[in-house]
Amino acid sequence: MHITINGKVYDAKPEQMVIEVARENGIYIPSLCYHPKIGKAGKCRVCVVEVEGIGGLQTSCTTQVSEGMKVVTNSENILEAQRMVVNLMLANGRHDCIKCEQNGDCELQDAAYYLGIENPPYQFGIIEPQIDDSAEMIQVDRSKCIECGRCVAACNNTVVNEVLEFGNRGFDTKIIFDNDLLMGESSCVQCGECVQICPVGALIDKRAIGKGRTWELDKVETVCPYCGVGCKLELHIDRKTDEIVRITGVEDSPTNEGMLCVKGRYGFDFVKSDERLTTPLIKENGKLREASWDEAITLVASKFNGIKKKFGSDAIAGLASAKVTNEENFVFQKLIRREVGTNNIDHCARL
Amino acid sequence: MRQNSKAFNRHGIITLKNVGKINPESIEDFIAHDGYIAFEKALFDMNEDEVIDEVKDSGLRGRGGAGFPTGLKWSFTAPLKVKDKFIICNADEGEPGTCKDRLIMEGDPHKLIEGILIAGYAVRANKGYIYIRGEYYLSIERLGKAIKDAYKHGYLGQKILETNFSFDLEIKVGGGAYVCGEETSLIESLEGKRGLPRFKPPFPGIAGLWQKPSVVNNVETLCNIPDIISKGGEWFRSFGTKKSTGTKIFMILGNVKNPGIIELPQGVTLRELIYEHGGGMEDDKELKCTLVGGAAGCFVGPDLLDIPMTIESLSEHGAALGSGSILVLKEGTNLIALMKNLMHFFKHESCGQCTPCRYGTEKLYRLICKISDDIARNKPDVNDLNEMLETAKMMQKTSLCALGQSPLMPLESAMKYCVIDEFKKRVIK
Ligand SMILES: Cc1cc2nc3c(=O)[nH]c(=O)nc-3n(C[C@H](O)[C@H](O)[C@H](O)COP(=O)(O)O)c2cc1C
Ligand code: SF4
Ligand code: SF4
Ligand code: SF4
Ligand code: SF4
Repeated sequence: MHITINGKVYDAKPEQMVIEVARENGIYIPSLCYHPKIGKAGKCRVCVVEVEGIGGLQTSCTTQVSEGMKVVTNSENILEAQRMVVNLMLANGRHDCIKCEQNGDCELQDAAYYLGIENPPYQFGIIEPQIDDSAEMIQVDRSKCIECGRCVAACNNTVVNEVLEFGNRGFDTKIIFDNDLLMGESSCVQCGECVQICPVGALIDKRAIGKGRTWELDKVETVCPYCGVGCKLELHIDRKTDEIVRITGVEDSPTNEGMLCVKGRYGFDFVKSDERLTTPLIKENGKLREASWDEAITLVASKFNGIKKKFGSDAIAGLASAKVTNEENFVFQKLIRREVGTNNIDHCARL
Repeated sequence: MRQNSKAFNRHGIITLKNVGKINPESIEDFIAHDGYIAFEKALFDMNEDEVIDEVKDSGLRGRGGAGFPTGLKWSFTAPLKVKDKFIICNADEGEPGTCKDRLIMEGDPHKLIEGILIAGYAVRANKGYIYIRGEYYLSIERLGKAIKDAYKHGYLGQKILETNFSFDLEIKVGGGAYVCGEETSLIESLEGKRGLPRFKPPFPGIAGLWQKPSVVNNVETLCNIPDIISKGGEWFRSFGTKKSTGTKIFMILGNVKNPGIIELPQGVTLRELIYEHGGGMEDDKELKCTLVGGAAGCFVGPDLLDIPMTIESLSEHGAALGSGSILVLKEGTNLIALMKNLMHFFKHESCGQCTPCRYGTEKLYRLICKISDDIARNKPDVNDLNEMLETAKMMQKTSLCALGQSPLMPLESAMKYCVIDEFKKRVIK
């Protein structure tokens, strides 16, 4: 099916929302609560457009396409409404981008930039930082929160940890953890899904504070080393020091859809740890000494061969790890079955 | 509320006909006053579609504020082949100055049950809920007893009156949030969640409670149904105007000699309501203006005294009838203080889900405070007034539900009709 956006015709699938078609075709509609993962939300009211035949403004994240639909995203009427909504958000927050961790990667900033907003003409008074840094890995600053609800939806429906909710009503609405506990005292498991989905700098990775903004960091995709799920990660690396500053999940990865667990997201100290093993060690006379891979593997092979000769193949068993990939597990059982010659092979996930 | 004051000694016509006349705690008394005969007529002598056609023919429009044609609403839900369908009676009645539904529920609870039953039969629903605001203790008590008695008499439950129609009815008590009167947040609240409005579509008639087709109707709307069925749509149309058929309950409040509630054929003018039914202005003062329809309503000035108080004629003048409450204000009333009160109401009742209303209602309140309080210090100017209007307009265009869209109406109408001088006096030096 086809729809027209700003006079040009585009392909669309019947179940798509207008904003999705626009995004696919590089048309920017400012939006703050919509995220593909949590689906239509219709709360921030910034993504409004005009649809021919329907009076007034429609939120493009909740408007489903229909054949021949004609959409306008940039009339003065639309931009004026969007400007007023974004201005209200700015008016009720402490949006001092200069010192904000999210600077350069902030959807509110993008919207303000697109709409040509410099300073909101109206301000709800001076807003002080409202920081909760009780949690191990995540810092909350409610003075930057725009109550878009993405984190609430993600915590409840995506990772299903059911920690975040909205408390109070109206102007006093705020995100709360459990029954309004500090994040660090709540049942939050620090998975960081909420940080990743927050469009602004209200939820941030604590350990990355002061270690560089998005444009200073190189992005490298890799697979999480912890378990066999194989979540796809994006490392944000400081170019100058070659250190990992933070890790995010890759949204279009089919294994994890951007989600990570606390280890995958925050457990990367080991990479540069002094205690990390970088070469094999061989114990001689009760003391460990460094060795080459060839030497270590030869030693292990000869010991296994010794056992096999003396006690037979069935004296040896192999237990594979859930942390390795299927391919590695396959190779491992080949090693045990063919080279060692026993069916004593199992896997820790069965324990 | 003096329902029986001198000007109101006349009984109602349809919805208030029994109120004050029958014993609301006696199902026998209700039955003795032709109670449940309309339901029996529908059940035994009419099929479902005939009931809907009769309601369509009557021209009945929703009395909850929006005025949607009731028969049409039912006809969206009726053909859907789904196991569970619901009738939800909206008895949240949160609009300031509105208390008509309460009067019915306290005075004639079985009439509501009968209306719900007919609606349930027509759309092939199997369960009904009455969502009542928590402060309505007596309504809850009397309806509770009425439901129990209706079960005992076989009007509710399985195989009603030995037919194949089964229908259960239950009361749900709300927590008193105005926004929970909005049909979709009412449904959220019924599901046990925070009362946050959903975006539409889908409309409740297609996907409502538990995502099942659900008809949401106001108490007064449903209480018109029994007479429409027993006496016919044509009879109903003999009251009122061409587009606004039947009767309407008006609440005449404020500076009149006899404030009270009255059911009248649609089409009465504001002049008749104030000077005839309300007994005239208190202390024979001049009329300044009225606030029609509560907080989400509209100021209507003396220039419109002689137009019919119907949805269609009010809308020609940019006004709305809303719930039918009419707050009469005499010359000398401080409208800025009243406006401040209204703006406080919206700010207090905003659910906070969407940006324009969450922040906008607060902004409007702060601006009206600037205009109304301590002028010497605040030094309000015309810009504040314009800023209020612009903000309310943006809210009207972008808010998720009608609550955030509402402040524009009282604000704009106040300026158009009556308070411009007062605002000017304050803001322009
Ligand atoms: C903020 C808000 C509050 C409302 N409160 C009520 C209410 O208290 N009672 C009511 O019947 N309708 C109320 N409505 C209207 C309902 O959403 C709905 O239109 C109505 O119940 C439909 O019934 P009707 O067609 O019989 O009028 C409210 C709407 C809004 C937006
Ligand atoms: S959250 Fe966004 S808009 Fe606010 S200060 Fe940070 S970068 Fe700026
Ligand atoms: S870190 Fe995970 S569990 Fe904790 S609040 Fe965020 S999404 Fe919920
Ligand atoms: S913390 Fe972020 S994601 Fe959560 S509501 Fe606030 S702005 Fe939205
Ligand atoms: S308009 Fe107001 S009441 Fe309605 S959804 Fe938005 S915030 Fe809630």
